[in-house]
Amino acid sequence: MSDGLSFRFDVDGDNFTSAGQASVQVKKDLRRLGIDPEIIRRVSIAMYEGEINMVIHAGGGVAEVRVTEEAIEIILADKGPGIADIEQAMQAGFSTAPDTIRSLGFGAGMGLPNMKRYTDYMDIQSTVGVGTTITMRVNLPQDE
Amino acid sequence: MKISTIRELLEAEVLCGAEHLDVDVHSACGSDMMSDVLAFVKDQAVLLTGLMNTQVVRTAEMMDMRCVVFVRDKKPTPEIIELAEESGIVLLASPKRLYEACGILYSNGLVGNKVKETD
Repeated sequence: MSDGLSFRFDVDGDNFTSAGQASVQVKKDLRRLGIDPEIIRRVSIAMYEGEINMVIHAGGGVAEVRVTEEAIEIILADKGPGIADIEQAMQAGFSTAPDTIRSLGFGAGMGLPNMKRYTDYMDIQSTVGVGTTITMRVNLPQDE
Repeated sequence: MKISTIRELLEAEVLCGAEHLDVDVHSACGSDMMSDVLAFVKDQAVLLTGLMNTQVVRTAEMMDMRCVVFVRDKKPTPEIIELAEESGIVLLASPKRLYEACGILYSNGLVGNKVKETD
């Protein structure tokens, strides 16, 4: 039915106001494909958190979403500062976001843990000074 | 509880989405921290908040919420209203404070959900 579709977005790192636009668009596209609303919600929340992270920490990046028969895959790649200690970054409540971001309602240290919680698979590849690539997958139901 | 009842109870002004006031909602949450809303909320249809930026509407949209109530008489910018209109989200502005607004809705039967993670 919806095999091999992919969407690609540039995430603007200078504009907090527009952060989340790619996730909103993906949500619309997935709805059009007739995908289960709960799966769409998990994909869009995980991607939205990732997009916000790219704006807060990395000066933007590229978001790619691939839809196959098995899963929806989200790949977020940036050329930001990288994550020095991934294990620490994965702890709920740990954040390096500045207070200015907290006053905007983010930076509670829930982004990465949330992304993991809402997806079936998450992998973080990060090199300090080079950038971070996060791959997430949400499986699609396989009956029939 | 219908969104129109929320509007009455909170003496709120309808900023957009008047055509959805008949929608029935069953639970709500109150927070200024969008990260927490994204982390802990499940199936709440109404967000009460004192935070005012476009990400409030985007967060509500990601969570499939139907209504956002801005408390303490804060008025959103046209950009925020436009975003909510596009998403079919009702925006209300109430003079009540967050604690009071939540209390009024709760005592009238609009409950929260247990803090529950998705897995």
